[in-house]
Amino acid sequence: MKLTDLTISQAKNLLDKKEISAVELTKEYIDNMEKFRFLNTYVTETPEIAIEQAKIADDNIAKDKARALEGIPMAIKDLFCTKGVRTTASSKMLENFVPQYESTVSQKLLDAGITMLGKTSMDEFAMGSTNLTSYFGEVKNPYKRNGEDLVPGGSSGGSASAVASGMAMAATGSDTGGSIRQPASFCGVVGIKPTYGRASRYGIVAFASSLDVPGVIARSVRDNALLLNVISGKDEMDPTTAPREVPDFTKVLGESIKGLKVGIPLEYKSDKLNPEVQKLWEQRSEDLQSLGAEIVDISLPLTKFSLPVYYIIAPAEASSNLARYDGVKYGYRTDKPFSSLDEMYELTRTEGFGAEVKKRLIIGSTILTEEFYEKSYLKALKTRRLICNDFDEAFKKVDVILTPSTTGPAFSKNDKLSPMDIYLNDIYTVGASLAGLPAMSIPVGYDKNNLPLGLQLIGKRFDEEMVFRFAHHIEDISKFDNTPSKVMGE
Amino acid sequence: MTYILKGKNKEYELNIGLEIHCQIISDSKLFSQSSTKFGGLPNTHVSFLDSGFPGQLPRINKFCIEQAIKTGLGLNATINKKSVFDRKHYFYADLPTGYQITQQFHPIVSDGYLEILTDDGELKKIRIEKLHVEQDAGKLTHDLSPNKSMVDFNRAGVALMEIVSKPDIASPFEAGEYIKKMRALVRYLGTCDGNMDEGSMRCDINISLREKGSTTFGTRTETKNVNSVKFAIQAIEYEANRQLEILDEGGVIKQETRLFDANTGTTRSMRSKENAIDYRYFPDPDIMPLILEEGLVERIKASMPELPDQKRKRFIEEYQLSNYDADILTSEREIAEYFENALSFQKQKDGKMLSNWMQTELFALLNKENKDIKESPIAPQYLAELTDLIKDGTISGKIAKEVFKFMYEGEEKSPSKIVEEKGLKQVSDTGAIEKVIDEIIASSPENVSAYKAGKTAIFGWFVGQTLKAMKGQANPQIVNELLKKKLG
Repeated sequence: MKLTDLTISQAKNLLDKKEISAVELTKEYIDNMEKFRFLNTYVTETPEIAIEQAKIADDNIAKDKARALEGIPMAIKDLFCTKGVRTTASSKMLENFVPQYESTVSQKLLDAGITMLGKTSMDEFAMGSTNLTSYFGEVKNPYKRNGEDLVPGGSSGGSASAVASGMAMAATGSDTGGSIRQPASFCGVVGIKPTYGRASRYGIVAFASSLDVPGVIARSVRDNALLLNVISGKDEMDPTTAPREVPDFTKVLGESIKGLKVGIPLEYKSDKLNPEVQKLWEQRSEDLQSLGAEIVDISLPLTKFSLPVYYIIAPAEASSNLARYDGVKYGYRTDKPFSSLDEMYELTRTEGFGAEVKKRLIIGSTILTEEFYEKSYLKALKTRRLICNDFDEAFKKVDVILTPSTTGPAFSKNDKLSPMDIYLNDIYTVGASLAGLPAMSIPVGYDKNNLPLGLQLIGKRFDEEMVFRFAHHIEDISKFDNTPSKVMGE
Repeated sequence: MTYILKGKNKEYELNIGLEIHCQIISDSKLFSQSSTKFGGLPNTHVSFLDSGFPGQLPRINKFCIEQAIKTGLGLNATINKKSVFDRKHYFYADLPTGYQITQQFHPIVSDGYLEILTDDGELKKIRIEKLHVEQDAGKLTHDLSPNKSMVDFNRAGVALMEIVSKPDIASPFEAGEYIKKMRALVRYLGTCDGNMDEGSMRCDINISLREKGSTTFGTRTETKNVNSVKFAIQAIEYEANRQLEILDEGGVIKQETRLFDANTGTTRSMRSKENAIDYRYFPDPDIMPLILEEGLVERIKASMPELPDQKRKRFIEEYQLSNYDADILTSEREIAEYFENALSFQKQKDGKMLSNWMQTELFALLNKENKDIKESPIAPQYLAELTDLIKDGTISGKIAKEVFKFMYEGEEKSPSKIVEEKGLKQVSDTGAIEKVIDEIIASSPENVSAYKAGKTAIFGWFVGQTLKAMKGQANPQIVNELLKKKLG
């Protein structure tokens, strides 16, 4: 078996028993990173750092002082600031930005013993669901549709593609409207966006502060639990984190779901939904029923407003968060001559941001003007509250909600998709984002072209345990094989 | 006295509203732990947050909030249990994030008032609309390089309180009193050092003219960048007259923002309402609404020092001072402290006498040297000693002034010792005085005759001669009595 086909829990076992070393494990990943560079998943590779860390890991293991993720080779989404390693958010604006501080999430992972392979590509400033908007070029999905290249999803497309192809055992992601769950679904891997406030946003380049949630992508549900154990918790550096105890999320894996209730939202049954996804959704519901769970139809009446609300709140916050990139303090500044400060701003921002980012900044800035603030922004905030209430109501009746992760499988950039079609991709994921709920995408099967399809589990606020409990059973039933060497046809 | 602007045809009254920005006294900034020290090398008190680096998150400095609450209580205002921080957007190189964090919609303090003494000696309440907490920006310098501007973020993120009054102020004088009173208040509370030279207190002034007797406000202008009481008065007088001239000519006042120029004492247009910036305010999604913990306001209330108004009232009652004297003695915490300290040393309590000595003698000398009361070379107990010496007749008021000078300038600070050393003690010994009087009477028989013939005005001459002969140390009262007796 190839070492890069191991899951975290399998690798941990072998490392602990000293059957493999962290250095050899890391080296295998570094080899893969070279071999599969054509997928363009990494913006920055850090093999030297990874090897150094692997040596320390082996040392710790030899001394029986292994930490929670000792020697586990991981990729970090290029939205997380890493001290001394450039952090670009896949933007020209931050092409040469080397932070002098470490994000809390990456720090916690480093403290738990990971080896850092590099920084993964993404949609520029996390805005997008295709990974076509990165300044460093498109990222490819390891899966192809009859030989045709497909998008890996986004914005954490680099992370999902790296994990699926065996270029990282796991990766961090961030999710604002579906940026972990949708690429996880497109690449046949497992990704969780925990509850808003469960993990710290400190050191993560902000997109939309009230929606941004750090999370993880790995190949199994158990791996997700191991990672979430590490990255969660109250952080003094992020006052929006909750002072909550972090349970051991692996403890619930395997626990029975007998008597528990699964909600199926009526409004998610749409004609936009790919029939194969629809079928798998129904199939897995029945499977859960056969395991003793009760299937309950629920209603989330305001579902149709979630996309519009999301596309008001997210760009509005982004237009504010990205105002700091002005060429004054760090990052890109225009090379062209300018005769005033305003001209410097204009040139810097015109040249430094890509088209999608600029589009959203213009939309967001407009939304916040006096003219539109009340009739769009404040209305969106109120509707967001009502959408939360919808979920709260639903969760009075059920323990978890099961939905598709996306409307269909990964697509090609050549598919004739309008921006609206692409935005619609987030339809199933934005609800949990707006309500700040934990949600996970699990691969459950394939479409007719052998492309992975995923289902989403949404839990109550801070009840990731229930999500994990169900996810484990769905994974168990689905028997989805995401072995990287197989995916890469080796 | 109502302040009236007399136009060609109509008379107008003034409506002035002030927005005072006070830098909150705190060791660290509003959302970071960087130092707030004034005058450090450029960009040495700057954290990643202060300079707008990605991924940095604001953390509310609780002390700054407590300072704002304290000030709010001093303004007799409502402290809001819930307040919200908003972002105010504009692009400028001294603003590292592209937005200022402020409290636009839900301020921490609202609906208060400040009492001022008008030129009629009447108390007047100026209503406070709100007090909110916000960040300061950095500082740009344009003269260090021919083709570059330099930015210093030391001040970026320092906590400010903006105190917004209602347009209740009706004259330049009242505006000056209001600023002075506000300055005294925040200094009493220790929430702002009130140092207008260093910019820790600055104000923007809203001015409009209203036809006399009318209840409809005129169009207002906002004058920015006013940083002293003198300038505020100048700016208001200039701006009021500018508006008056326009109205006299039948013109219309444009709602606009104007800039005060301290060199010329004039204001000039900065931007009109049409060009007003849309700040795109919205609640800061990084900062949860600020909910004050139970009991916090009560705890702060219990720790409040006596405020100028309370002190003034107490001084009037306790020490029988006039409104005017009490106002001056309570205008600064240190002056009040000096006064009460001195009073505690006085053996024969006389607040009015102490107040007079402070105001006429002490302040005069201090002002001449541009010193404040803390730098007074005369300690409170010695001033008290001096008034005691007058009271018990050891020295006359006139000699006391001389002694005061010695105290102020010399090494020896105790007035009793000075009186002793210099032999300035007042002579109340009737025998000694009688002796001198007898000599004077004997040596000027013609004046004695004149007096006896009814020219009583010459009595003063005898007094003067006696005092002169005794180097001013004779008790004037005794001199008077003895002379009357001897001259018959």
